Amino acid sequence: MGLYFKYLSILFKSQLQYRTSFWLLTFGQFFIPFSVFAGLYFMFERFGQLRGWSFYETALCFAIIHMAFSLSECFARGFDAFSSLVAGGEFDRVLVRPRSTVVQVLGSKFEFTRFGRLLQSAIILVWALYNLPIEWSIAKVITLLLMVASGVLIFTGIYMLAATLCFWTIQGMEVANIFTDGGREMAQYPLNIYQKWVTVFFTFIIPFGCVSYLPLLYILDKVHGNEILYMLMPLAGVLFLLPCILVWQLGVRHYRSTGS
Amino acid sequence: MNAYISVWKLRFINGMQYRAAALAGMATQLFFGLIFIMVFVAFYSQSSGQVPISLKDLVTYVWLQQIFLAFIMLWFRDNEIFQLITSGNIAYELCRPCNIYSFWYAKLLAQRLSSAVLRCFPILAVTFVLPQPYRMSLPPSPAALALFLITLILGLLVIVAISMLIYISVFWTMSPTGSTLMISVAGEFLAGMIIPVPLMPLWLQKIAYVLPFRWTTDFPFRVYSGHIPQAEALWGILVQLLWLAVLIGVGQWSLRRALRQVVVQGG
Repeated sequence: MGLYFKYLSILFKSQLQYRTSFWLLTFGQFFIPFSVFAGLYFMFERFGQLRGWSFYETALCFAIIHMAFSLSECFARGFDAFSSLVAGGEFDRVLVRPRSTVVQVLGSKFEFTRFGRLLQSAIILVWALYNLPIEWSIAKVITLLLMVASGVLIFTGIYMLAATLCFWTIQGMEVANIFTDGGREMAQYPLNIYQKWVTVFFTFIIPFGCVSYLPLLYILDKVHGNEILYMLMPLAGVLFLLPCILVWQLGVRHYRSTGS
Repeated sequence: MNAYISVWKLRFINGMQYRAAALAGMATQLFFGLIFIMVFVAFYSQSSGQVPISLKDLVTYVWLQQIFLAFIMLWFRDNEIFQLITSGNIAYELCRPCNIYSFWYAKLLAQRLSSAVLRCFPILAVTFVLPQPYRMSLPPSPAALALFLITLILGLLVIVAISMLIYISVFWTMSPTGSTLMISVAGEFLAGMIIPVPLMPLWLQKIAYVLPFRWTTDFPFRVYSGHIPQAEALWGILVQLLWLAVLIGVGQWSLRRALRQVVVQGG
């Protein structure tokens, strides 16, 4: 873990060397989800509500998923950009060091410009929470934190699976975008508006529903009984990450250097 | 003219090579299309009042967007041109006995076209057999189809002209990020990529109608479904031609100015 923070501080310093470019990119990142959010706002302005969900409730859902996404893009970027490591043969260097491959690959790249995106989602989160009549309790605060944290874990897990695929294909695969970008687009709305098969897939296979929709029901007091179950739902993110790590280790064992 | 056609052809063949990428892209586009439609269906299912565009037209609109994504995205990166400008290799381009504007224009056009040709037919085939309400509908008349094809091609020419301006701006900014990113985010929004133009609030629609972005995609897609009547479509074609002339004129002029003061970077 100490090693991870060492990587973190070194890469942070190196990215800050190009100050103007850094701030411009951060600023740009601030605006990308902004247009998506504007679209959401205009839809609600026209239609009023979405299957019983108000604008602020949906905004809360949006903010949580986008926060998880930007955090994972910042801190798990190493896996997202893993194909270059394999194609360049640099993964060999990672293998000969006496440290875990997961930590080293994680530490190979950070994208701090994503903070712009994080900031934007955080503003929406605060705005939505301010306008929602929620009776707060410690349990709800914990649930909210858990939702973001395990959202990050799910995105990271998908990055790891996509990276593992690189051991066989050498190049990166665009297909993973369905689950990262597509998952983000989908999970920014409450999951019950979709068709059954989408809901089932994104609750039981890739548990986006467990970090956004289900615990939100608890926070917004839309469920009765069994509250603790809804509260602990986000832990599904951990359950999702475990097999991903196993698959990754399997992939590492399969690895053959490109030799270039 | 021959030189431009052969550049176009080379790029086109080059673009056709990336079949695995196209396959992955198609799966992604189908998924995104389905998700967008489900969201719109959910919104529509409980609306009581008048809606500005029917669900059937909207579904067609979404699918056309996904099918012709390569025609829409403002941010269709050609790093080669950026590198030419920032690395100083632009000097080689200047030696060529042809007009740089037309040369790059042909290149960019071929890229978008090859990417769309690879992807559009399989997605088209799938979207026509999907169950309702996800199925894409046919245009109401052959005339609408013909008008759609004309407006789509004109829209493509307009969007390449817009992206040429973005590339030319790099001569001054020297960094392809930041400002260009903002232009493309705003442009795609005003072209109806996030929510279709008819669903925007009125004040925003007015802004969208004044700017060229909407003519590249929103207009042809609504001509297809007959949401824009044919008489209006003919006027629209005139507006498209005007925008095309203006954008190419400005592009040529600013490129000439940029080249006059170009600094060749590096050695």
